[in-house]
Amino acid sequence: MITLEKRPEPSRVWSWATPPLAVLLTMIAGGVMFAVLGKDPVEAIRTIFWDPILGEFAFYYRGQLLVKAGPLILIAIGLSMGFRANIWNIGAEGQYIIGAICGAAVGLAFYPFDSFIVFPLMVLAGALGGFLWAMIPGILRVKFNTNEILVSLLLVYVAEFILASMALGALKNPDGAGFPGSRNFRSYPSGHNAELMAGTGIHWGVVAALIAVIFAYVLFARHQMGYQIKLAGQAPRAARFGGVNPSRLILFCLGMSGALAGLAGLFEVSGPAGQVSIDFNVGYGFTAIIVAFLGRLHPVGILLAGLLLALTYIGGEAAQSSLGLPAAAIQAFQGMLLFFLLAVDVLTNFRFRFGKREVA
Amino acid sequence: MVAATPIILAAIGELVVEKSGVLNLGVEGMMIVGAICGFAIAVQTGSPFVGFVAAALGGAVLSLLFGILTQYFLSNQVATGLGLTLFGLGLSSLMGQGYIGIRPPATPKLEIPLLSDIPVLGPVLFNHDLMVYVALALVVGTWAVLKFTRAGLILRAVGENHDAAHALGYKVVRVRLMAIAFGGACAGLGGAYLSLVRVPQWTEGMTAGAGWIALAIVVFGAWRPFRVLLGAYLFGGVTVLQLNLQAAGVAIPVEYLSMSPYLITIAVLVIMSSGRAKAALSAPACLGKLFHASS
Repeated sequence: MITLEKRPEPSRVWSWATPPLAVLLTMIAGGVMFAVLGKDPVEAIRTIFWDPILGEFAFYYRGQLLVKAGPLILIAIGLSMGFRANIWNIGAEGQYIIGAICGAAVGLAFYPFDSFIVFPLMVLAGALGGFLWAMIPGILRVKFNTNEILVSLLLVYVAEFILASMALGALKNPDGAGFPGSRNFRSYPSGHNAELMAGTGIHWGVVAALIAVIFAYVLFARHQMGYQIKLAGQAPRAARFGGVNPSRLILFCLGMSGALAGLAGLFEVSGPAGQVSIDFNVGYGFTAIIVAFLGRLHPVGILLAGLLLALTYIGGEAAQSSLGLPAAAIQAFQGMLLFFLLAVDVLTNFRFRFGKREVA
Repeated sequence: MVAATPIILAAIGELVVEKSGVLNLGVEGMMIVGAICGFAIAVQTGSPFVGFVAAALGGAVLSLLFGILTQYFLSNQVATGLGLTLFGLGLSSLMGQGYIGIRPPATPKLEIPLLSDIPVLGPVLFNHDLMVYVALALVVGTWAVLKFTRAGLILRAVGENHDAAHALGYKVVRVRLMAIAFGGACAGLGGAYLSLVRVPQWTEGMTAGAGWIALAIVVFGAWRPFRVLLGAYLFGGVTVLQLNLQAAGVAIPVEYLSMSPYLITIAVLVIMSSGRAKAALSAPACLGKLFHASS
């Protein structure tokens, strides 16, 4: 008989060891899944995890890695703040879309005005858009005690419809011969989020992601707000007695994660994606949830986890073209990763005990 | 009524799960896996009935994954539920690869003789396929079991105070696992209803938030079966209304009409939870809390 025994305090070793263990288990389970699909599991795993970094065409993929990791990290950092305080913003995808639309709208409004001021204004508008979109569940939660999980998620669907209407209507390229989608930012240098160093994939979004990591680290390690967030998450009662204002905390966490998601959206629409189109969102907002957990809600962990999941995106694309692996396999793979992580997490707080249970 | 049925099925399942004190946010994932399981099996066997059975099984198996994680590995229910949704969406599009663009075998309509001949009311109430009535029967059954039977009492006890229930010798984990499996089966049925009857075809991500709306409707219904039914019909009515408006070519753009069901769900949530004392009282007390015998 195996029983679980609660550890007096969470194990430090395991809290570091569980993410890699989960990744390993996912690789094994993923290999089984690929084998069931009739692909060589070893080959598939190698294509996804090895080739993009060290393989033959790695010079191309390495740049892509940062392009994909940037938005993931940016969004996940924001989410991690809320998750730590038990505030569940799962609508980052919606905030990402709205940020992109707002930022792009500002940029397109200036077209073809050429000035260095355009891009910063777009960035501001993007962050503001995401912030305001996240304020909807925030204010509803604070004022009416509405569940922020459901509201933030339902707003994703609303945002997707707004995106569709924008791409087909207000923001449609007037010179686009009737095709849906906005003007392309690549042909508008002042609004374009270009690569800063050729071939590396570093654009302003990646820089912003790194700044966000440092900012979050300082916030949690040194600032009172970070302390309050942690306190509210671990001991809500103590936090209330300690004078933490829960409403302020909710608004801060949701607003922050919304603004960061909006930023990520803006950087994506003005850079790698290039234009507002109907299906420009690719689920970063949801994958970022996995990133946040895999990184143990810690800024540095999120940085690493973001890189890893970006790798699965790129490796997945590579595997699609070279092995004919369906795109959905990667999504299932990422979901599996979160499952295994949550499962092995039990080791952090509990330890296994073999033998008969003692009578209490 | 057709628009509301998938939501009723998913919501009544989730209601039972939440009554047992577990918050399963993976309804969306279970629904979509049910949708593809039901669709695939129905196409293979040519029988929608077998498809629905397979959908229920698929949803239940997936939900047990959630159950094992939250009940034995004591993982965070919110995070695990989200994981279930993400995994379910990926898994379903993986499984649905070969089924895009196929039409499923038609589900026969069940016309109740005499009653369906009543003018106006007849076609609205008594001229539907079997699943519409199954959903209604499930609502009534759930209500009766929760209110009148011993099993229902145990389930509610586990949901309201798991420590007390444990002390009385009830198997908290086992009760919850059964509730979770029931919820999964119901969500699977709801998903299959979407793919086999409502749409009827398979597209990736076809549940489009129906699972989340079901979750909202459980809150809206204040954890009472008949109010959940009411909420689901209200929602179904809004969906049909906006579709009719789209077809009628009203001057509002299609996108804004399509988002109206989501906006109305949010509005309803706000109204329900602003009378805060009421809503908070009717939620099961141990909702979302972890149970471990030693702690």
